[in-house]
Amino acid sequence: MRDKVILSLAALGTLLMVWNFNTIFLHLPDEAQQGAIYRIIFIHVPAAIGAYTFYSVAVLSSVMFLVKKNFKYDSLAVACVEVGQVFTLVNLVTGSIWGRIIWGIWWTWDMRLTTQLICFLLYLGYLLLRPSVTEPTQRATMSAILAIFAFADIPIVVMAIRLKNVRTQHPQPVLETGGLDPSFWPPLLISFIAVLLIGCALVMLRLHQETSRREIDYLRREVHAL
Amino acid sequence: MDLRNFTFLVYGYSAAMLVIFGYVTLLVLRSRRIDRELTRLKSLVEDKN
Repeated sequence: MRDKVILSLAALGTLLMVWNFNTIFLHLPDEAQQGAIYRIIFIHVPAAIGAYTFYSVAVLSSVMFLVKKNFKYDSLAVACVEVGQVFTLVNLVTGSIWGRIIWGIWWTWDMRLTTQLICFLLYLGYLLLRPSVTEPTQRATMSAILAIFAFADIPIVVMAIRLKNVRTQHPQPVLETGGLDPSFWPPLLISFIAVLLIGCALVMLRLHQETSRREIDYLRREVHAL
Repeated sequence: MDLRNFTFLVYGYSAAMLVIFGYVTLLVLRSRRIDRELTRLKSLVEDKN
């Protein structure tokens, strides 16, 4: 049953994305100043929002673990962080390629880009921390605290282009200020739904691995005890 | 479509797909390793019992 749900979510997400590519590449008009490259927005922005969504679930799970001490929440947190990392990497790489054309540079240390990179590195630290702590309760507790700490960076990333006294290379927000052409909204939303569906399939797959790992730990202890 | 910058647009989408498919491959390989280990340990426990 679980495998069928994972496959259905992944297939639906992939189909939506492929169908959306048809709209993005063949039906949408070019942007007046940027030409074809602006189309990267349809993967760059949904990847970022998808990543923040999974990080949000991870931080809620981490809080739940600290309250209830149930390892299911720890498993969900690590699964969400790992998938969030994948989407953050997609966001950083596509942003860098977009920047190479529009700004003429691959990277600049402005507030938005830097805080996003810090977000990626903080959660990478979370994933690197886990194998280094062998005791399960200690590992889950330390991970939960780090996940909550790392999440504090996300409001800074979001606000980086909205603060009045901060000059950034990154464009000002367009989604909530009406700066986006109305014809761009449907493909952007479909792309976001596709990212969420694929992300949920990946989280479920990763969650199953984490459950199996706990079973392996239990069996290893049993083997040693016998 | 304006073909200006089209190459970099393709690079962008290819890189995104590469990251996602790379992660899926990693997950599948990890799943196989975990399943193998689980089967091995289960048979070991059965043998010892």
